[in-house]
Amino acid sequence: MYSEKVLDHFYNPRNVGELPDANAIGTVGNPRCGDIMKIYMKIEDDIIKDISFKTFGCGAAIATSSMATELVKGKTIQEALSLTNSAVTDALDGLPPQKLHCSVLAEEGIKAAIGDYYRRQGIDPEPIVGCSFDCEACHKEHHEH
Amino acid sequence: MRIVYADNAATTSVSRTALEAMLPYFTEHYGNPSTIYSVGREARRALDTAREKVAKALGTEAKEIYFTGGGTEADNWAIRGTAELRQKKGKHIITTAIEHHAVLHTCKDLEKHGYEVTYLPVDEYGRVTADQLRGAIREDTILVSIMAANNEIGTILPIKELCAIAHEKGVLFHTDAVQAVGHIPLDVKELDVDMLSVSAHKFRGPKGIGALYVRRGLSLPPLLTGGGQESGRRSGTENVAGACGMAAALEESVEHMDENVKKVSAMRDRLIEGLLKIPYSRLTGDPVNRLPGTASFVFEFIEGESMILSLDAAGICASSGSACSSGSLDPSHVLTAIGLPHEVAHGSLRLSINECNTEEDIDYILQTLPPIIQRLRDMSPLWEDYIKKFKA
Ligand SMILES: Cc1ncc(COP(=O)(O)O)c(C=O)c1O
Repeated sequence: MYSEKVLDHFYNPRNVGELPDANAIGTVGNPRCGDIMKIYMKIEDDIIKDISFKTFGCGAAIATSSMATELVKGKTIQEALSLTNSAVTDALDGLPPQKLHCSVLAEEGIKAAIGDYYRRQGIDPEPIVGCSFDCEACHKEHHEH
Repeated sequence: MRIVYADNAATTSVSRTALEAMLPYFTEHYGNPSTIYSVGREARRALDTAREKVAKALGTEAKEIYFTGGGTEADNWAIRGTAELRQKKGKHIITTAIEHHAVLHTCKDLEKHGYEVTYLPVDEYGRVTADQLRGAIREDTILVSIMAANNEIGTILPIKELCAIAHEKGVLFHTDAVQAVGHIPLDVKELDVDMLSVSAHKFRGPKGIGALYVRRGLSLPPLLTGGGQESGRRSGTENVAGACGMAAALEESVEHMDENVKKVSAMRDRLIEGLLKIPYSRLTGDPVNRLPGTASFVFEFIEGESMILSLDAAGICASSGSACSSGSLDPSHVLTAIGLPHEVAHGSLRLSINECNTEEDIDYILQTLPPIIQRLRDMSPLWEDYIKKFKA
C-alpha cells in the first residue's frame, strides 16, 4: 500500500531528532487523532539553514515529515511557505487516500515553525504565513483544518 | 529473511491435514452434492461426514450445523434471522461494545430498520457481568448476542452464565465463537446457547467457510434463498472442499487441544512477561481469562502502524488497532470501550500465536520489538515532552 519512497523515508528518516540551536519550532496535530509533528528550524538571513523533526504517528506521518524537511532544507522562508501538501505527496510517489491528511500535516508543520520564527521576533505571523496551524501559540479563533 | 507469523487471530495457515482433506473435492469428487449420480453422491457423502465431524467437535448433532460462507455470514444470519423471526415479540437486541464488526455493523443496520440495540459497556478487561445483562433485558428483548472471546484483546467472556440469564427471561442467545472454537474447550450443549458462529480460517481451515449452530426447533429463517440447500436454510451450492477442510482442521484442533493450549499459552505468557518489561507498556484484555494465543498490548508515546511496519521489516507479522491501521481517525472501538484514552490506544499491538509458532519465534520477537519501540519513541515528540517533564 505504500510506495518504495514512503517506506524508504519511514525506515531511514532524514533530519530526525531535535535541533539544539533551533530558533523556530512548530508543533501540529493531536495525539488523540494519532499524529503529532514537531518541526525544528534554524533560520538565518531568511534561509532555513537546518531543519529536523520529531513525529508521533503512522508510517505516512513519519515519511511525510522526513520528506517535507528535505524539501525545504536550504530554501528561503518564501520558498518554504509555498510548499504544498501535494508537493510532499508527489515527492513520495503518492500516498494512499486515507493518508493524505499526513501530507497536510507536514505542510502545516513547516508553516507552524515559520510562524514561530516570526512570533519570536515580535512579528504577527498571520499576514505572512496565514493560519500557522499552531493553535496553542496563536490563541486566535480557529478556522477549519 | 526469517518470517515470524504472529497474526493468527487475523487468519491462520491451512494445516496439511485440512489441505489433504480438501484436495479430492476439487479434482476427483467435484460433483454437485445435490445430484444423484456417483460423482455427486461422493460429494454428498463428504459433506455429510464433514457436518458430523463439526457437530461432534462442538458437542452436538449434525442436523444442528449449517455451513455458511464464513463467520461474518453466520453472525449476520443469526442476528438478522432472529430479528425477523421474533419481530412480533419485540425489536430490542442486546450486544456488547466490543463485538466484531460482523455483529456491530449488522446491529447498526437493524437500527435503521426500527430495531433498538443496547451495547453493553465493558470493564477495563473487556468483561460484562451477569447483572449488567439482567438489567438490560426488557419485555421486548428478542436476542442477546455476546462474543465468546474477543479478537483484539483475547478476553474470554462467561457465555454459559450470560446465556442462562437470557434464558431465564425467555430471550434467545447467540454467541460469536469465531475466536474461541478450536482454541478453547467449548460445548454448545453445555453452554446451552441457541446459536453459535464458527469460522474455519481461525483454526487452520480454509477461508470463506464457516458454520452456524442453530438449536433444533429454532426455525431461523434463511438469509440466502435459492436452491434450498442446507435443508432450505442456506441456499447455494455447497462449498464441499471447504466443509471438508474445516471439519478436518477442527477435528485436529480438538484432538490436540490440551497440548496446544499448554504449549501456546506458555509462549503467550513469555511474550507478555517479556514485553511488559518495556516501560510504559500495558497488557490489554483480561489477564487471566484470555485466549491461549493472544498477547495484546499498548505501548505509550508511539503509534501502532509504525510499529507494524517496523516489525514487518524484521519479518514479524502482527496487527494493531490504531486509527492509522484501521483507516479511520479513531482507534478501535474495543480499545476505547476498555477505557483507553485515544492517544494510548493508538499504540496498540496484537501478537497472536498458535501451535505453529516456536519458542525461537518468541525469542525473536522479544529481541526485535524493544529496540523498535525505543527507536519510535526516540522519534516521538510525546516521548520527548514526557522525558523533559520527568527530568524537570
Ligand atoms: C470475533 C470474530 N467474528 C467474526 C469474524 C469474521 O469471520 P470471517 O472472516 O470468517 O467472516 C472474525 C474474524 O475476522 C472474528 O474475529
